[in-house]
Amino acid sequence: MTIRRRVGALAAVCIALGVGTAAQAGPTLDKVKQAGQISCGVPTGIAGFAAPDSQGRWAGFDVDVCRALSAAIFGNADKVKYVPLTAQQRFTALQSGEVDVLSNNTTDTLQRDTALGLNFAPVVFYDGQGFMVPKKLGVKGAKELNGATICVAPGTTTELNLADYFRGNKMDFKPVVIEKVDELYAAFFSGRCDVITGDASGLAAQRLGRASNPDDYTVLPDRISKEPLAPVVRHGDDEWNDIVRWVVYALIEAEEKGVTQKNVDDMLKSEEPNIKRMLGVTPAWVRRSGSTRNGPITRSSSSAIMARSSTALSARIPSSNSSAASTICGRTAA
Amino acid sequence: MATLAPRPGRVLRWNDPRIRSVVWQILFVGIVVALVAFLVHNTLVNLRRQNIASGFGFLDREAAFGIGESLIAYSPADTYARAFLVGLLNTLYVSALGIVLATVLGTVMGIARLSSNWLIRKLAQIYVETFRNIPLLLQLFFWWAMLRISAPAPRQAWELLPGVLVSNRGFVFPVPIADPAHRWMLLALAFGVIGAIGVSRWAKRRQALTGAQFPSGWVGLALIVGLPLLVFLAAGMPLELNWPELKGFNFVGGGAVSPEFAALLIGLTVYTGSFIAEIVRAGILAVSWGQSEAASALGLRPGQRMRLIVLPQALRVIVPPMTSEYLSLTKNSSLAVAIGYPDLVSVANTTMNQTGQAVEGIAMIMAVYLAISLLISLFMNLYNRAVALVER
Repeated sequence: MTIRRRVGALAAVCIALGVGTAAQAGPTLDKVKQAGQISCGVPTGIAGFAAPDSQGRWAGFDVDVCRALSAAIFGNADKVKYVPLTAQQRFTALQSGEVDVLSNNTTDTLQRDTALGLNFAPVVFYDGQGFMVPKKLGVKGAKELNGATICVAPGTTTELNLADYFRGNKMDFKPVVIEKVDELYAAFFSGRCDVITGDASGLAAQRLGRASNPDDYTVLPDRISKEPLAPVVRHGDDEWNDIVRWVVYALIEAEEKGVTQKNVDDMLKSEEPNIKRMLGVTPAWVRRSGSTRNGPITRSSSSAIMARSSTALSARIPSSNSSAASTICGRTAA
Repeated sequence: MATLAPRPGRVLRWNDPRIRSVVWQILFVGIVVALVAFLVHNTLVNLRRQNIASGFGFLDREAAFGIGESLIAYSPADTYARAFLVGLLNTLYVSALGIVLATVLGTVMGIARLSSNWLIRKLAQIYVETFRNIPLLLQLFFWWAMLRISAPAPRQAWELLPGVLVSNRGFVFPVPIADPAHRWMLLALAFGVIGAIGVSRWAKRRQALTGAQFPSGWVGLALIVGLPLLVFLAAGMPLELNWPELKGFNFVGGGAVSPEFAALLIGLTVYTGSFIAEIVRAGILAVSWGQSEAASALGLRPGQRMRLIVLPQALRVIVPPMTSEYLSLTKNSSLAVAIGYPDLVSVANTTMNQTGQAVEGIAMIMAVYLAISLLISLFMNLYNRAVALVER
């Protein structure tokens, strides 16, 4: 914990010293190319989003976005340095230049977009804040939680939504705020809190991953907030912002068209105009979308994105979100 | 020939130690000021260039997050400034209690380590060596887990006494409902304390003059306890209790101590107490053995010997390192964030994340800890001056 706080303080000092590569026009891509890798800020460990496997290789939904970026720039999905960051540390790390992009289950909010010097890439996951309770409490909905003790992690929109929801419904609660995810869930599963709140996707993952008996717990049906999770870049570097945005769009488009790691070589022969453009068989579309002075997205790298990462991404976007995804793709086409 | 030998001081000479020291000092201060100015300026420029808000305007905005424990009234509709105050008071509360308890525990254990009783001596030694050598953060996790896991859920809480219950939500107990008589009792308590101090001074002076002793301790205790008790009886024993009761998920009413607070207080007390024990032991050993022998020869009992002869002299050695322990206890209380006690750092962390103004937040935390530490140092230095050896 002290170490974490120190990292936060260090990042603040970095801002003070101007050590970080501050956001001038377009330096991020140069820095990334020079370093030969993307520094990607990921969560410290949420199964399904970002977690190292037994060999220490990072895997998950957030990780795939980093890999797609790497594929787009280097033609190789493995040129990524994963920097695990807590919710507390992530924005300072991005602001100070410690990481080039956050793919960190970050909710897009007005305050963050405007006051923190950040830009949000397109939404990759539509989440919502929910509650998990032990089944033996017999609670059926969030409206029955008046007076409950609630475990919550600090440094996210979660704390805010929680307070807003209870205030709005004229209910009382007692928060127990614990920074470290391990300690937070240990507190909940040992009965210190009646309820634990967080993004519903995370609750579901932790229920299966940590509870001694997952069937003793249930995630309530209520969603008290909308959490559009998106990658984040520094404000002011339009070129870098473009690259991240269009890599995400390309992934969504690929999912809709059914282009995956397995079939990408066959798809190169596809007759459909959009797929031909996306994979660079017809060069125009990709070139224009990556219309940067260095032209980072090339024909080979765009098919590399598909080849390296889209299986995981398409496998994990839940079907209920397909309408949202197609809305975005509508925007892509426009 | 006066013109050939210029008067010293008229010519600027770099070898003149006075001039040299002044020049160097000015230069040094100048460099420090310039460095600080550069850092502040650079920070502001960088923040502006990155479109990050700066300044302390956010303190007046609505905090909109909940805080689990508060000594003053707080709701999410209050401002960030008030949330900070809640965190600060929580830090001060746990630190102040921790300092008092650690001093008591440490003094007892330090004296016990010098006991002539083998068992007491060894137990105290085991205590010191165990808790001094385990990192505080681990101890906090340990106490917190103990309190959380070993205690039952609220619906199966252990009832120690009627109304006094222990569960994994903490420790709840009945508290008296406020009554006008209670204010008079407080006043009586204040009079009792003043009276006890007066009696003790008078007894000391009388002993110095005549040698006659007076049981000022017992009389003082009688005053402190007796006066409020008299008021209580005279007012017709107005004691109505607010009982905690199980309502919904948790206990409602009464007083409560959360597992987080209890774990933090126990951890800080036990950890710092082990250091204080060593300081007390060292202080007592620093008083020459001859003093104790002389006291015994005068017929003083062991307790009197310790209280009247050894401790007053040992305090001179004990107080300065004790100041450091108090300072580190206060600063260690920031580990609260690990186990979920809403101290200053915890509240500031949430604030920083919601407002994104990390520089201001960190600056405020640093300023507050600096101010608290300087205050503790000031009081301890004043006390140190009071107990220091007065040379005649």
